[in-house]
Amino acid sequence: MIKFDHVSKRYPERGEAIKDLSLDLAAGEMAFLTGHSGAGKSTLLRLIGLLERPTRGQVIVNGRNLASLPQRKIPFHRRQVGMIFQDHRLLTDRTVFDNVALPLVAMGMRRREIAKRVRASLDQVGLLRLERVLPSALSGGEQQRVGIARAVVARPPVILADEPTGNLDPELSREIFQLFERFHQVGVSLLIATHDLDLVASMGHRTLRLHQGRLVADSGNW
Amino acid sequence: MRRQRRRPSRPIPVVAALQDWLAREGRAALETLDRLIDSPLGTLMTVGAIAIALALPATLFVALQNIERLGGSWDQSAAVSLFLAEDVTDEEAAEMASLIGARADIAQVELISKEAGLAEFREYSGLGAALDHLSENPLPAVLSIHPAPEIRTRAQTQALLAALEALPGADFARLDTQWAQRFHAIVALLRTVSLLIGCVLGLTVLLVVGNTIRLEIENRRGEVQIMDLVGATRGFIRRPFLYSGAWYGLLGGIGAWLMVGAAVLWLQEPVGHLADLYHTQFDLSGLDLRASAALLAAGVLMGTLGSWIAVGRHLSHVEPD
Repeated sequence: MIKFDHVSKRYPERGEAIKDLSLDLAAGEMAFLTGHSGAGKSTLLRLIGLLERPTRGQVIVNGRNLASLPQRKIPFHRRQVGMIFQDHRLLTDRTVFDNVALPLVAMGMRRREIAKRVRASLDQVGLLRLERVLPSALSGGEQQRVGIARAVVARPPVILADEPTGNLDPELSREIFQLFERFHQVGVSLLIATHDLDLVASMGHRTLRLHQGRLVADSGNW
Repeated sequence: MRRQRRRPSRPIPVVAALQDWLAREGRAALETLDRLIDSPLGTLMTVGAIAIALALPATLFVALQNIERLGGSWDQSAAVSLFLAEDVTDEEAAEMASLIGARADIAQVELISKEAGLAEFREYSGLGAALDHLSENPLPAVLSIHPAPEIRTRAQTQALLAALEALPGADFARLDTQWAQRFHAIVALLRTVSLLIGCVLGLTVLLVVGNTIRLEIENRRGEVQIMDLVGATRGFIRRPFLYSGAWYGLLGGIGAWLMVGAAVLWLQEPVGHLADLYHTQFDLSGLDLRASAALLAAGVLMGTLGSWIAVGRHLSHVEPD
């Protein structure tokens, strides 16, 4: 589902964030991405979501080589990739419902269909009763679950999460990870960057460790 | 897959797509208007600036229109002087006058006989004594002719002149048009000047809208970034800003229309009073339906164009991070 072929990414200011990295994530696979801050985890995810383009090498997502994707096709690629961020990236002046609906609105879906899908998505993360609330009224864990609902509402085959539990206590983190586990069970491919090594170990999924832009360990549990 | 399942219930895809498109655009337009109403002060200031910038050229347009109408009514009263041949006697001249006066395209004929002409000339030229030494009156008889009100266009007037000159005993005809030509030249100049002013103020509208939209993009940077992340196309992200510009333009146009209307209403009475003093009747005309539509259309066009430029310049700087 996700394939990196000798990929390097160099930033003019910071040098190489990713160095000659190759990896292969199968469809429906769930994997964790670990490593120190600055090891290149975020950059790797950004390359998949096409927030960045690699300096060298090729990234292939869902059978499509991203290098050959023209700029104007990027939005359609992003609809295939749900992204979750540590800081949630919610719109503070919109209700939970409206936040989750954004990807569907952007796709031009009809209103009735949007309502159905948004409620299904909110139900999955257990926030159905809070759909009319503004994000600021929610706890950190709840806000992150809104972010997750938004990432999955368009039913993308790939979900990327960048430190989704970075600000949460262990109990809430576990809940979030269990949520990911459920998406994994219905066939979604997930790549989750995290510092939470204990939690990663307890989940028993493939773990990729980055160090200074290189893939230094791959549990290859697949 | 989903699309195929939907197809049976929507038999005509083109119509359905059009309906979807209309519904989406309509919703986007209304949501944008909602947002503008949510911040009334800022909106009012932008709309006010646009309204003033549009009202000025519109006022000039109305003024010119009225001046031209005034000029038109003067044109009708332009007299024709028909100079008669020297050998035409006063009796023959009087006969010609009554003949011409009977024509349908002539409103009024006045005979200025040789003697009357000389007396007038003596009075106004200051050559009184010198003229006494003339053995013979050198002035021809003149018919001062006012065409009927139906004779309005230049072509009609020219045709009438030719017809008069062709009469036996006529020497040449002259239309007292010099002042009219000057008047028209001044009006043409004013027209050019107001076009120029219109262009400059149109540019002002572009700048006002452009700057407002630039600020709006700044304020909604986060939202734009998130829309970008969840797979919104550039067109989708651009759309609300373009509608903002169009609304600003439309509201500004309506504001300008109200201003011009109020000015016309306000000036109606003093202008009527002035006309009374000249023993004529003159009603100020305001913006007619076509001019009003043009004003609003210009507002919408300028607004959309202004935001288009701003969006093109500033939206590309908002990259996801």
